[in-house]
Amino acid sequence: MMAYIIRRALYAIPILIGVNLITFTLFFVVNSPDDMARLHLGVKRVTPEAIDKWKQERGYDKPLLYNSAAGGTASVTETVFYDKSVRLFMLDFGQADDGRAIGQDIRERMWPSLAIAVPALLVGLLVNITFAMLLAFFRASYIDLWGVVVCVIMMSVSTLFYIIGGQYLIGKLMNLVPISGYGGEGINTVRFLLLPVVIGVISGIGSGTRWYRTVFLEEMGKDYVRTARAKGLSELKVLFRHVLKNAMIPILTGVVVVIPTLFMGSLLLESFFGVPGLGSYTIDAIQNQDFAIVRAMVFLGSVLYILGLLLTDISYTLVDPRIRLS
Amino acid sequence: MRQVASPSWWIKPVTIIVLVIVALWSGFQLTGVKPVILTTDALLGLLVAGLLFLAAYIKQRSDLLEPWRQVSKRRIPVAAAVILAAYAVIAMIDSVHFRVPLESAGQDKTVHYSVEVSSLLDHFLQQIREQDESTYSAPFAIQLYSKEVVEREDGTVTRDYPRLQYGGAHLQHIDERAADITWRTFSGLIKGVVLWLLIVSVIAFKRSRTMRASFGQVLLGLRNNPDARVLRTIMYTLLVILLLGTVAMELGAVYHIFGTSKVGQDVFYQAVKSIRTGLVIGTLTTLVMLPFAILLGTAAGYFRGWIDDVIQYIYTTLNSIPGVLLIAAAILSIQVYISNNPELFRTAADRADLRLLALCLILGVTSWTGLCRLLRGEALKLREMEYIQAARAFGVSPLTVLGRHIFPNVLHIVLIIVVLDFSGLVLAEAVLSYVGVGVDPSTISWGNMINSARMEMAREPVVWWSLLAAFCFMFALVLAANLFADAVRDAFDPRMRSL
Repeated sequence: MMAYIIRRALYAIPILIGVNLITFTLFFVVNSPDDMARLHLGVKRVTPEAIDKWKQERGYDKPLLYNSAAGGTASVTETVFYDKSVRLFMLDFGQADDGRAIGQDIRERMWPSLAIAVPALLVGLLVNITFAMLLAFFRASYIDLWGVVVCVIMMSVSTLFYIIGGQYLIGKLMNLVPISGYGGEGINTVRFLLLPVVIGVISGIGSGTRWYRTVFLEEMGKDYVRTARAKGLSELKVLFRHVLKNAMIPILTGVVVVIPTLFMGSLLLESFFGVPGLGSYTIDAIQNQDFAIVRAMVFLGSVLYILGLLLTDISYTLVDPRIRLS
Repeated sequence: MRQVASPSWWIKPVTIIVLVIVALWSGFQLTGVKPVILTTDALLGLLVAGLLFLAAYIKQRSDLLEPWRQVSKRRIPVAAAVILAAYAVIAMIDSVHFRVPLESAGQDKTVHYSVEVSSLLDHFLQQIREQDESTYSAPFAIQLYSKEVVEREDGTVTRDYPRLQYGGAHLQHIDERAADITWRTFSGLIKGVVLWLLIVSVIAFKRSRTMRASFGQVLLGLRNNPDARVLRTIMYTLLVILLLGTVAMELGAVYHIFGTSKVGQDVFYQAVKSIRTGLVIGTLTTLVMLPFAILLGTAAGYFRGWIDDVIQYIYTTLNSIPGVLLIAAAILSIQVYISNNPELFRTAADRADLRLLALCLILGVTSWTGLCRLLRGEALKLREMEYIQAARAFGVSPLTVLGRHIFPNVLHIVLIIVVLDFSGLVLAEAVLSYVGVGVDPSTISWGNMINSARMEMAREPVVWWSLLAAFCFMFALVLAANLFADAVRDAFDPRMRSL
């Protein structure tokens, strides 16, 4: 087991190097730092001095890959590639364009993100599985048929409509909760979190319920379910004691892989509701064209995704003793 | 199962394509407009041509035809397909671009063309397109949405809601509006029904020729015969679409049926123009990713060894970058490129088009990995089959084996994925435009409409019609695509059936 984890972790290294190279190519080779500077300072009437100053302030004035001016190891380390890309491996994210330390920002903004993402995931899981089990229990009846139709209809509505509509209905018309914002102590924070979490859950019901329903139905077609029924177990017992347990594997595949990425937050929810999490951080960075932050988030996201894959494999062995990692 | 391909299956699609090109070309010559072929236009044309060939190819391969026959026997997917076809037709009409010649002012004989690139659809909707108000107005309103300083007839100046320049301009008083709308709706309905009856009788006439029955008998059969159930569904869906279309045209000529936007543009026009953007993203993305996914996926599964390792490494790496961020990074880079090389683009349409294409490309890069993995698995299975072993033993070159034996046998997976991906891509466009890395802000799209609606919902009183229009058009498309995709998946792969 330990050996497997170590091997998988080692396998992640070339992938991260690949990710790093792709982002480096996108940010520095396709567009030179000069281009970036011009974009920020305005395309027209910008003096070369201003560009040089902009680059120097942000450390983009070094050669890209190889510094022939500096001798020895410094010819490799005194480059943009080393400064901006290799350092990401040590989780040193450097500075944003406005001079703030990205690492510090990430550590601070992680918590609001988690405060929305974790409840949304858990409640969503509970709701989806409940609905899916209901549909599976009433399978091949009108309840099932219309349930699936409602799921497809809910899937066909863009998340944006759920957010804008929810904000308008619950926040503005009914005045139940604040429309956006974040803060306050204890119970006050919950008021701010309620709406994003509820909307996050609702927007996921359609696809989630349908997916879990398929999983349950597939499981219910298997022989052990027939055996359980033949023994005279009630349908409810079959569902909860046998089907649910065995359906855990496909459910886990979907869930565990997203757990680490919860840190990244939800782009849409956070920016619509003005939550100072990592999702809105990323959106702001994209809209302000802050390349340093986007680069850091790309790398962080990849690390978390790979971590999620690893966790999925490990969780298999915990749920299903038949699976042995080797 | 597999029939021997009849050698002439490609003749029909080729004829159709040649005819369409000739018709378009002579149309341009006759009207004297200058055709403009944007990159996405060309790719869409290529896609349609490809679909024609695919349809002809499938028609003579019974194993691929059978699932489609199953799909065509069910009423929901057939109705969905009619709706999708209606969207596709609008998008195709909107993809014929040209520049209108300007009236020459002086003596010189050279014809100057307008800098504005317009499409065939623009000309059909000319009335609606050109009736711009000064700012927001509600659906069917005859007054602006905000108060402005107006001069009364007697010379006094007050702040009031001014009358719209076009919307309901023919009315003397607001009280006439209800009657006018009813009358126009009624006349639109009549036109729609007449048009529909015309189509029905053409179909009945064709059927009466093939079925050797009288015209009346066939019409009766269309109404009552259980065999014509699916055809009836098609006709009724068509009727609904036609009625919506004619009523909208009838009302849209004198009202803004979905109101106007901040700059006074008709929202209904925006929503219709967005169809092309949505469809381009939903289809071209798949088109650009398909060659890579198919080639790399089948090659990885077939060759195994180091080739497999390399390909797997590539797609794991790409997959591990969060999709939105990769798209953001790429689009930001494109933006820098566009703003630093303004000399490369002659018109604003060119620039917006490049951005749209770039979005398709990068969405393709982030979405091909799923298909690639599926194809790899299938190719791994197929390579152990006897007929492929035999081909290898005969010394057939690996590329021929891939093209001749593996590709035709993974085609059904490709079809399923293409159809399944479509609705997700249409939805993704809206989200990306909101994030600011979607289509060009000057391109009309549902994403941009929703994006602007965000500010409008915060206004007091609320401006809700942009959002409603985008919602209606998008929802109908995505729902139809989802229903159709489900049926296609069920038919092609009973194992994946959602029971």
